[in-house]
Amino acid sequence: MQLTNRAKKTDKSELSLFERSYLPSLATGLGITIRHFFMKKPTIQYPEQKRYLGPVFRGHHILKRDEEGRERCTACGLCAVACPAEAISMVAQERKKGEEHLYREEKYAAVYEINMLRCIFCGLCEEACPKQAVYLRHDKFVPVFTEREDVIFGKDKLVEDPNNRYRRDAWTKEDAMKLWKND
Amino acid sequence: MNGFIQWANETMFLWKALIIIVIFAITLGIAAYSTWAERKVAGYIQDRPGPNRAGWGGLLQPLADAGKMFFKEDFIPAQADKWLFILGPCLSMLTALMSSAVVPFGDAFIIGGKAVTVQAIEINIGILYVFGVVSLGVYGVMIGGWASNNKFSLLGAIRAASQNISYELAMGMSIIAILMMTGSLSLRTIVEQQHGFNWNIFYQPLGCLIFIVCAFAECNRTPFDLPECETELVGGYHTEYSSMKLGFYLFAEYINMFASSAVTACLFFGGYNYPGMDWVQAQLVGAFGQTVGQNIATFIGIGSMFTKILFGIFFFMWVRWTVPRFRYDQLMNLGWKGLIPLAVGNMIITAVAMLSGYKLAGIWIGLAVLILIISIFWALRPRKEAAVLGA
Repeated sequence: MQLTNRAKKTDKSELSLFERSYLPSLATGLGITIRHFFMKKPTIQYPEQKRYLGPVFRGHHILKRDEEGRERCTACGLCAVACPAEAISMVAQERKKGEEHLYREEKYAAVYEINMLRCIFCGLCEEACPKQAVYLRHDKFVPVFTEREDVIFGKDKLVEDPNNRYRRDAWTKEDAMKLWKND
Repeated sequence: MNGFIQWANETMFLWKALIIIVIFAITLGIAAYSTWAERKVAGYIQDRPGPNRAGWGGLLQPLADAGKMFFKEDFIPAQADKWLFILGPCLSMLTALMSSAVVPFGDAFIIGGKAVTVQAIEINIGILYVFGVVSLGVYGVMIGGWASNNKFSLLGAIRAASQNISYELAMGMSIIAILMMTGSLSLRTIVEQQHGFNWNIFYQPLGCLIFIVCAFAECNRTPFDLPECETELVGGYHTEYSSMKLGFYLFAEYINMFASSAVTACLFFGGYNYPGMDWVQAQLVGAFGQTVGQNIATFIGIGSMFTKILFGIFFFMWVRWTVPRFRYDQLMNLGWKGLIPLAVGNMIITAVAMLSGYKLAGIWIGLAVLILIISIFWALRPRKEAAVLGA
């Protein structure tokens, strides 16, 4: 039964004397390798060059602020519940008077921690969030850490910088490459 | 100054010591950078850039490798024969370094009116010396494999020994044709007879092919690297070796590559000769005078020699990353049933051509006749009946 057209019929007939000397096939092989020798190399020199990952890449987490620069997170804990790796933990606190310009809801996360060794970057927290607060950036990897103390990322690393806001706007390859370079 | 040059010329000791040291340093340098080049060539052939982190283009990689080797634990197995275990890599390295001593890397420099040849030692049995030293090289592998007290090492060593002995025969016979043509065992004489573009490859195409194939086998390089066949023998004869002892074995392989490229260049590709060398020399002598012109011409000759050697090393690598390893019976069949009869045939053809007086034409006609005879025998060979299914 023929399933595809990719099958190639191999020639099983006896080799001629010329072919038996293996010199022609050796020459062919050397020709192929020398062609590859001069080919352009597709390697991406990683730390200096970065691959285009696409706009739906799930990288570094970010806790978004709203248009007025207030933290969106209300510490409901749905992300922590959704997290299959149990990487997220938080401590909720009530918003005090005079903090309305800092936190949008009446309750906010005083502590919001993600254990980056546990995180599997599945994006379920992003899906679970009812306030559109937590996102996984498409333009930034989680940086390498070498100490156990550096594993847990707190709010200092996660909350969006109001002066350098994150938008998932690089939908073309050229735009995305620009983003990577600025990083 | 003049007195000093006169003294140096009288004894020749200083010049020879200088040349020996320079050749030694160049051998080691080229061998070290062959390890880098090997990985670079492997990378380029496999569409990747190869080592490029240590220094510009990875040029400090050999130093990094050596540093790594030195810091590894120097382990000797409890059941190993300690002295033989240490002797193995030393012997490998020693014989590898000795073989380039008789290779003429260039013509003569004229220093203070005296010609100083660019060669460590000129002996009139140069090629025999090379063969003797190269065949000693197998002892390094044998002793290392035996002393490890490990069955994989022993099997690797046995393979290396039988392979080297088999291919040395064909190699020696392919050389005999050259020796018949030149009438000398001295490498310098052989090179001098290939003056200009009168290279031996045009007279001995078959001999050259056999010699190169055998050189691959002698250096234990792919497709003949069965002694260290990792799929069957873990690491072959150096399974139990670590640290700089392993480094010596690996390094010896690259020095052997350099030496065999140099010998191949001398025997078949004209050594330091290149087309139009007389014209170049005449121009240089005309422009700079006898002494300086001659010395510059010698430098160009050395450059041509090293170009050939480096291309030879590149060819070794090129083949390594193209051809897969032979099976053991294929290796032995090729050596005993293929190369040795061909080498004998080549010898006879050369002898007849020499006697007939038409050297070049005689050899090519002889080769055509040889191919014709082989084809006839091939066509008339007894064939097995095609097997009938179910019979």
